[in-house]
Amino acid sequence: MAALCDGFTLCGLASGPSSAEARILSIEQGREADHVIVTDARKSITVYKVSDQKPLGSWTVKQGQTITSPAVYNTQTGEYVVVTDNKVIRVWKDEDCFDKAFKATVSADVARVHALPDSEPVVLFARGGVRILDTLLAAPQQSIEELLPEGEVIRWSESFVKGKQKVVVFTTEQKGEHFVYLHRFNPNCLLKYKLEMEDAGSCLLSVSATVRNKNISFLYLCSRGCLYQSEVPVSGGPAEGVQPLPRTLLLKLPVGDGHLSVAAALSLDEANVAVVGVPHPSEGTRKEFLCIWNTHFQTLQASRELLGQPYGQLWCFSGKLYVPHGRVLTAVPYDCQQSSLAAALGRLKQGHGEGSCPPPPVRSWNSLLHEAAAQPQRSTRGIDTRRSKLRKSQAASITVDQVLEDIKTAPGEDVEREVESFLMGAAGPDLQLAVGQVASQLVTRCLSDPSFYTRNSLARLVHTRCLCHSVCPGLLPLVLEKKDYSLVQLCLQHFPDIPEEVTCACLKAFIDVSDGDLEAVDIEPDSMSLMEDISVGWRKDGNLENGFSPVLLEDDGYEARIPPSKSRGRAGLLDLDVSCPVGLKKAVLLNEILQTAHTESFLLPHLKDLSVQQVLLFLRYLWFLYLKFSQDFNVRTSGLRSPTTVQIIDWVCLVLDAHFTVLVMVPEAKDMLSHLNKFVRSQVRLISELGKIQGSLQNIHKLKQSEDVGLYSIEIIELF
Amino acid sequence: MGEFKVHRVRFFDYMPSGIRCMAFNQRTERLALARLDGTVEIFNFSDRYFQEKVIPGNDARSVEAICWVANRLFTTGLNGEITEYDLENLCPKYSVDAFGGPIWTVACNALGTHLAVGCEDGSVKLFEVLPEKIRFEKNLDRQKGRILSLSWHPSGTRIVAGSLDVINIFDVQSGHMMQRMLVDRGTVNSRTRECVVWSVFFLSDFTIISGDSSGKVQIWDSHTGTLNKAHLVSKWDVLALSLSQDESSLLAGTSEGTVVQFQFLSPTLGASEKEWVRTRTFKHHTHDVRAVAEIGTAVVSGGVDTQLVVRPLLDKVDVKSYDTGLRKIQFPHRPLVSCAAKAGLLLFQFPVQLELWRLGEGEGPGRPGHSLIVTRKPEKLLQLKRKGEDHICCSAISPCGSWVVYSTVSSIRLHRLQYDGSNISIAKVPRLPKVLRSAHQLCFSADSSRLFVASSRSTVHVIALSQSECKYLHTFKSCSGSTEPMHLLVASADGRWLAAANRACEVHVYNVRSRKPHCIVPLYGSCPTAMAIHPSTNNLLMVHADQLIFEYSIEEKQYTDWSRRVQKEGLHRLWLERDTPVTGVTFNPSNASQFLLHDTYMFCIVDQRLPLPDQKAQLYNQLTLKSLSEQDRKSYSHAFKFCKKYQPLLCVSVLEDQSVVVVERPLLDIATQLPAPVRQKKFAT
Repeated sequence: MAALCDGFTLCGLASGPSSAEARILSIEQGREADHVIVTDARKSITVYKVSDQKPLGSWTVKQGQTITSPAVYNTQTGEYVVVTDNKVIRVWKDEDCFDKAFKATVSADVARVHALPDSEPVVLFARGGVRILDTLLAAPQQSIEELLPEGEVIRWSESFVKGKQKVVVFTTEQKGEHFVYLHRFNPNCLLKYKLEMEDAGSCLLSVSATVRNKNISFLYLCSRGCLYQSEVPVSGGPAEGVQPLPRTLLLKLPVGDGHLSVAAALSLDEANVAVVGVPHPSEGTRKEFLCIWNTHFQTLQASRELLGQPYGQLWCFSGKLYVPHGRVLTAVPYDCQQSSLAAALGRLKQGHGEGSCPPPPVRSWNSLLHEAAAQPQRSTRGIDTRRSKLRKSQAASITVDQVLEDIKTAPGEDVEREVESFLMGAAGPDLQLAVGQVASQLVTRCLSDPSFYTRNSLARLVHTRCLCHSVCPGLLPLVLEKKDYSLVQLCLQHFPDIPEEVTCACLKAFIDVSDGDLEAVDIEPDSMSLMEDISVGWRKDGNLENGFSPVLLEDDGYEARIPPSKSRGRAGLLDLDVSCPVGLKKAVLLNEILQTAHTESFLLPHLKDLSVQQVLLFLRYLWFLYLKFSQDFNVRTSGLRSPTTVQIIDWVCLVLDAHFTVLVMVPEAKDMLSHLNKFVRSQVRLISELGKIQGSLQNIHKLKQSEDVGLYSIEIIELF
Repeated sequence: MGEFKVHRVRFFDYMPSGIRCMAFNQRTERLALARLDGTVEIFNFSDRYFQEKVIPGNDARSVEAICWVANRLFTTGLNGEITEYDLENLCPKYSVDAFGGPIWTVACNALGTHLAVGCEDGSVKLFEVLPEKIRFEKNLDRQKGRILSLSWHPSGTRIVAGSLDVINIFDVQSGHMMQRMLVDRGTVNSRTRECVVWSVFFLSDFTIISGDSSGKVQIWDSHTGTLNKAHLVSKWDVLALSLSQDESSLLAGTSEGTVVQFQFLSPTLGASEKEWVRTRTFKHHTHDVRAVAEIGTAVVSGGVDTQLVVRPLLDKVDVKSYDTGLRKIQFPHRPLVSCAAKAGLLLFQFPVQLELWRLGEGEGPGRPGHSLIVTRKPEKLLQLKRKGEDHICCSAISPCGSWVVYSTVSSIRLHRLQYDGSNISIAKVPRLPKVLRSAHQLCFSADSSRLFVASSRSTVHVIALSQSECKYLHTFKSCSGSTEPMHLLVASADGRWLAAANRACEVHVYNVRSRKPHCIVPLYGSCPTAMAIHPSTNNLLMVHADQLIFEYSIEEKQYTDWSRRVQKEGLHRLWLERDTPVTGVTFNPSNASQFLLHDTYMFCIVDQRLPLPDQKAQLYNQLTLKSLSEQDRKSYSHAFKFCKKYQPLLCVSVLEDQSVVVVERPLLDIATQLPAPVRQKKFAT
């Protein structure tokens, strides 16, 4: 899950000669994590402290000079390095004046100087040569080899350190073909790769690279909106000649009007990619958006509208994205978390009738009127809305941090209060992140401090519906351990992604819990009333649907009777009065288990852990449910959240599959098994009858396919 | 074989009229049938149920009952008149007013000497049947309540009359009432409504059988005036009864669309005592069955749903043959559509009006099985109401589309059309030659310069048409002396020959240029149902009611080789068993060896160069051929190429641009225009 926070303007941009021209040469990491060096408009270099949004220092070149390579900070020496007029390397310190900077003129054009963490900067020359800065400065006039063929131009470059291996990578372009060079030091070698391009007409818009697991991973964006990834090993034997660079399509971005012109993509982590200058999928062809896409799930994670055209430039330093657009440079903090499928897709809908739908929010007249009034304002004056959003989110984010901090130490009541007040104030897309963080923190605290358990807060968090099991995997086991069954029920209802192992643990706990323990437990009233209805039965009103009395099991051979009614005749079969084998509350909890999503093959091994007694009880309960469900149509149509017949049958099959050999050996299970045999047989018979009906219905469908001929048509027929 | 562009026309709103009553003449095997609009039709049951004659209706005349007296046909109606028909000129011969108000029923005695009619005022009037006319003889004792049904005792001495709530028996000699039998009104909820005795029969053993509006068929003893037996047949009315000639079988038609058969059988095997037993129920109708006829071997029924159903009684037949199939006659056996091939116009004939339509145009890829995009919709150019009260009996449009002619039993009207693509003007041609009084069939020559009018006594008048005048040229008289009406009239494309077929199955060929009769095609026993003269070879192609196809060379005055081959090899069994007559023949202008035939349920292209299908071959083989390769097709294909995609067909015609026009009238469209049937409880409704 990734989110973009509200950004802020770092600085304005000097107006360049043409509006479409980029106004920022580059942004580089400064001395500290919070510092950035902005090399701007080929004239000035400014160092900003980002959190304070203020410049720390600024240097300007003289008239007639131009900056050709952006300034970098040499961490080894604490100096800034910049190249002016292609050949003059200047080095200076914070307190220095620019004029007094050390100057050295080299013999060839410099393409770029790259700073490396804990290492000397490297200098990349325009013709492909690479030197370490201090060796270059030691002999500035040394000759630089020309490695690139005539006409090949460096478009983009980057350098990395992986272990002790320094690497400079750069891409070049020659007549529409793109190449990737990888320069390694010690020993120096240069590898050349050819980038596969799309068909004619699309061009490379942006390249970025990251080091991942000893590989350099290139991410490049083409004008058709395709985002590709290629990987090159950092180290490895030198290869001869030009090698093709295989690529994988990560993402196909929506392209509004056919192709992109200025856009940039940047990999944030393994799954998330920040993209600027690409239309929002639901906003038509406008391209003034900064988006974060998840390449694993192919989903848009977050987006933010930008005022003014972006320039296809995007940098990322320490949790912030830097985007020049319009007349400003904006820094946008972002947050990328481990993604779960449930979070990526949004919560699964639990389609069991209206009962499970969240209640519609109650609206007051005031808020309605206020919203109505605010509506036109929002559309006309976007800035105001942005600002107010910013305020709100700042307020909320402060609270999250505070809450997280407090959870670590504060006593239980304070934590509950704080979580409550935080949830009252928080809303919007950030809530999901915040709730996940708070819940994880709470669980961590509970685990570390056995006396600490804030039930209400946890229940409140689950109720937000922003939580799922994968976001906070510790929660359900914790709650189960604390024997907080009502919260377990809540989690079972609300989490769409509970692993089968946990489901099974819950099942085991529910079966084992004594009814006495459950007495104090507060169970959701809806499911209680359903179970009450089922166990008492509607038979007392005698309102059979449509005069229909379902004949449960037909009597071919022997009749299905449960032990107490063995003496009864055929008539007794209809009002099979099985008493519920478990207490009401336990039944409700078991119902929750029946309704959880599961995959049979994953569930099966865990089901095998149940003891015979547990299995028997559970089967008896399932049998009871099935009987009630097939007797009373009302049960299924009551609108309450209840397991479906299919779910019941699935579980019966699962339990039998898991324990069949054992059950066959157990004498107590014999009755049960013969009932279930009947039970399955009646289902099979029903399905086969339905199959017959389906066949005839399909035939009817075929018959109805008569062509619709109007009053007049001109047709062509062929006779043979 | 080839691809054809087909104009599929469904906008002909032809609506047949419901069947009111019918009478079967056992001797001539003709069924006379009257429809609700007053049309009288005669079907020849010995010639494949062919609709031989149609006497068009009249707004002022309704028919409530119909009766054969030997070969003479009488009807009575609500205008209070008894009408006899001229079956040669296909018009009413004379009408006699009975002066008793609307006449509901007519019955003839066994000898055919007297007619009895039942009137609205409650009187039963006897008329003596004389040659060429009828004469009032006497009134029987007048009772209260209209007389709705009558039946003579075979001896001719007694008459039974069904009225409201009562059945009366009269002595013919004295005119006095002998017996009065009250009819029960039936179930509780209909107790307030009087019980209408819709039909009665007087059997030779003095048993009376009645059918009434409370759904009962009752058997009475006329000596004692007591009810012997009552069969409740329907929740609604029993509208019609029919007795077989040997008085062993009785049919009852009900409002529920069923026909119930009763048979005079002994209930136990071998016993001599017999009684009327309800045996079978047929349901072939959706609406009221207003008329039934038991013709010995079959049950004939008709009603408001307009179709005539012939249901053979399979216990009366020994071998499966053409006659053992169920037959539904829905559409007339004569064309109601004429097509102006050059102008692309269609003329639709309704009883009281004509409609002229222009076909649309289409474009698009012409792949078989697909439709073209209609770029111009068909357009109704003209609606021409007939003058007077008589219904239109025939009509025609000239091939160039500039002349429209129609005829009623009393007059012929010729109109000149001027149509330039956007404006249409119509002008009646004022003074037609005096000889043109009525027509049985009308036909234009191919160049639209001549109008041929088939008139009474098998004569054909030739009229010359020009922009300025309309001139009588000549009359061809029947050279065989037959006076039967002509029902088919075709002219050759070169304007030289004219062929005319009459109901006596004769086909005359006239030479139009020399104004002389040319020849008579050898007489064949079945009536020709469609014919045409080949545009290039001048061979006359005829299809008869028994589905046989003949080709006759007019110039050589003999059957062609192909025709002889057909006779020698015989036609396919399935072709001979087709149950609707071929009502149209046209030639394929692009291929001289091919002609098109159509009946109600198919059209087919016959290629004279291909071998005829032998009896073992598959006749309807289009689907098989479609699945075969080009080479295999040759060995499997035969002369008949069927297309059953379009049905029911009222007309198939070929335009000048070689596209085919088919006029369909879906049965569903007719069914939706019928009045609602009586309500019946259906399961789960």
